[in-house]
Amino acid sequence: MPGPYKETDLTERVEAFLSDLKRGGSGMGPLRGSAETARETTALLRRITAQARWSSAGDLMEIIRKEGRRMTAAQPSETTVGNMVRRVLKMIREEYARSRGSSEEADQQESLHKLLTSGGLSEENFRQHLPALKTHLIEAINELLTELEGTTDNIAMQALEHIHSNEVIMTIGRSRTVEAFLKDAARKRKFHVIVAECAPFCQGHEMATSLSEAGIETTVIADAAIFAVMSRVNKVIIGTQTVLANGGLRAVNGTHTLALAAKHHSTPLIVCAPMFKLSPQFPNEEDTFHKFVSPQEVLPFTEGEILSKVNVHCPVFDYVPPELITLFISNIGGHAPSYIYRLMSELYHPDDHEL
Amino acid sequence: MADSGVTDGSGRNEIERAKSEGKELTKEEKQRLRKEKKQQKKTKERKDDKASQESEKEKKPLTSAAPVSQPPTQTAIQKAPSAVPVPAPVSVPASEAPAPADKPAKSKAELKAERRARQEAERASKQGKKGETGQQAATGKPKAPPNDLQPVVKRLPEHIQVDNPDVLKKLAKKLERQQIPLRSDYGYKVSLFSHLHQYSRKAPLTQQLSIPSTVIHPAIVRLGLQYSQGIVAGSNARSVALLHAFIQVIRDYTTPPNEELSRDLVNKLKPYISFLNQCRPLSASMGNAIKYIKKEISNIPSQCKEEEAKSKLLNCIECYINEKIILAAKAIAKSSIEKISDGDVILVYGCSSLVNHILCEAFEKNRKFRVIVVDSRPRLEGREALRRLVQRGISCTYVLISAVSYILPEVSKVFLGAHALLANGYVMSRVGTSQIALVAKAFNVPVLVCCETYKFCERVQTDSFVSNELDDPDDLIVTRKGKTQLENWQQVPSLGLLNLVYDVTPPDFVDLVITDLGMIPCTSVPVVLRVKNVDQ
Repeated sequence: MPGPYKETDLTERVEAFLSDLKRGGSGMGPLRGSAETARETTALLRRITAQARWSSAGDLMEIIRKEGRRMTAAQPSETTVGNMVRRVLKMIREEYARSRGSSEEADQQESLHKLLTSGGLSEENFRQHLPALKTHLIEAINELLTELEGTTDNIAMQALEHIHSNEVIMTIGRSRTVEAFLKDAARKRKFHVIVAECAPFCQGHEMATSLSEAGIETTVIADAAIFAVMSRVNKVIIGTQTVLANGGLRAVNGTHTLALAAKHHSTPLIVCAPMFKLSPQFPNEEDTFHKFVSPQEVLPFTEGEILSKVNVHCPVFDYVPPELITLFISNIGGHAPSYIYRLMSELYHPDDHEL
Repeated sequence: MADSGVTDGSGRNEIERAKSEGKELTKEEKQRLRKEKKQQKKTKERKDDKASQESEKEKKPLTSAAPVSQPPTQTAIQKAPSAVPVPAPVSVPASEAPAPADKPAKSKAELKAERRARQEAERASKQGKKGETGQQAATGKPKAPPNDLQPVVKRLPEHIQVDNPDVLKKLAKKLERQQIPLRSDYGYKVSLFSHLHQYSRKAPLTQQLSIPSTVIHPAIVRLGLQYSQGIVAGSNARSVALLHAFIQVIRDYTTPPNEELSRDLVNKLKPYISFLNQCRPLSASMGNAIKYIKKEISNIPSQCKEEEAKSKLLNCIECYINEKIILAAKAIAKSSIEKISDGDVILVYGCSSLVNHILCEAFEKNRKFRVIVVDSRPRLEGREALRRLVQRGISCTYVLISAVSYILPEVSKVFLGAHALLANGYVMSRVGTSQIALVAKAFNVPVLVCCETYKFCERVQTDSFVSNELDDPDDLIVTRKGKTQLENWQQVPSLGLLNLVYDVTPPDFVDLVITDLGMIPCTSVPVVLRVKNVDQ
């Protein structure tokens, strides 16, 4: 009977994934992009749905929530993991509601009208056993996976609508989404890209070499020169790690300065972010927002005598408020930052904001 | 009969004599006149705009050396060949005058009137063109007498016209004359900055000098090497080093037999300054110091004995250093300490000798504060500032410039140093200063700039492109985790590296400028400059 076998196999995979996450976040393990993480998370969730033992939707949701909590605890800054878990939870709710036949297409948000007319709690406890639920769910998760595969291409396809000839575009650090975006536009248009190197990790260098190999005129500048050259820039296109619930960004450090400089020169700031980066977090949680890595990157151990007397900080992320952002480009099109809350309510259920 | 003081003296005298005697100009004189006028025309037209010449050509048919049948208003006049067929004297005067006059006698009066009219027109147009063209022919035109609001005749400096081949040729010729090697540009220059030089640190100019160098004083050679390798950096340090080198030069100087000290010493200094300029473009403070020295030297009376003159000059220089740099720093520290209160968190950027001095003084006066030092690649000057402050016992934090929006909510004041203060209120300083001022403004943190008055400069600039310095682009290359991404950037045709040295901060980001004359807003810089000029 492959039952217990499957379970140990499953737990092994989950453990392997968790340790990968832990290692990847500290910068030691192989650096993987968020798209990869999202895909792996979704694949793992599909496996859990297929192989774990559950009888009703409520059980499955409990299992997924538990695993999700473990995964987000392994690497809190990697928000795509939590986002995928929440997507799957929402899918489970939808599938359950559809199988039950109730027309729950209406707004699931609490409204005063609903509270009064429904007369008492209509709490779903998802206990009903529905036989076809599993297959439906696995289909839905497969759809989600195909959507994830196509995000970068979908975003890159919109490039020609936003970039015209002879423009000077500025970007910071390294984002695979922005790279694909610019390379797609470069097939038909000629423009110039300025990359800010983003110390201390200097990922901008990789971005510049990759873009110049595609034939795009690229210039690498130091972070300190961002404001100095901004007057000649037509557009700023950046990627981000997470899109927060208020439309702000959690992006690589230096992005806030870039956004302020763009605002000062009235240069549009365009963020290329696929939908799986949208997270129901708000930026107010000070202690969980920032992530720090070893200050050795900033002040190396070779500066021995002063190291013990000095505080050195090396934050990884920056908060960019939504007022500084002009446009979000995602795989479902372009939106203003004020529309993000609406997209979020379509992707996630409010009860799942806290895993 | 001359154009505004351009022809040689002898010709002018003869012709004036002829004019005053009412005699007809001889054929030779007329030929000479024509030749002179042609030469002037050629040198001028080579540099001036063709279009602006159109109107003038009508009044200068003298230069039409081409066939007589040419109508006067021709662009072809410009392209008149230099080898003028001399035996056309009779016909040429005829073509000058609009009224066809065969007899020279008749055209003489008309010629006179015409010439006078032409002179007026030329003078007027020259005044107008002086502002447009940057290429002033070294023809010794008299400068406009200094009035209060007289438009200043400005010559565009060579180091921001690198994309103009004529300027480069002129520079090469000048350096050849002074026997200084020309430094060649290095690497691919970003198109936005093609008008600036970009040198490599690995090829210092001193390698091209012969040993021993007879033209350049060894102290200057050493100084040039220190500049180009970055051993002496920072505007105060560079100015002081320059003045000390000049002290050495003046001590070793002896006046050659038939020369005057005031003129000869200035001429001796010119190749040194070109050499230093080639090693590293001069800073605004160095420029002001050099102007001061040249003025002092030319003010030395001719009957002064050599020893006396030299000691006077040395005294002047020592005085300058003492007053403008050392005492100014003390005065600025005194006023800044009032601005530092207990419990302050002060942010500084890079390594400014003045700001470090202020912080150390404040710490000695027992103010309780802590300092955040912000640094940036590739120079990483903040580490030097960090060392100096930690040595004094000040508690410091250290971050890179990309983390500045993380750390700013903790900061209560920002102190910045300046490389120069421009006449329109902009602050020219190390690249990254404007960024810090921008983010500080966004977080409502006051920004104070500390600057001595000798760094005030009459230039105006609104962005960081027109006049800047490009450092060695290889400095941006870094090796992380064993991989050097940009190692072969020269091979990739579409990749460029940009290493700017300076940037300008708009005055609305700066709240206060602390100088040795007091605490002034950024916009009062031209007032200080005017007061200084009146004093001198």
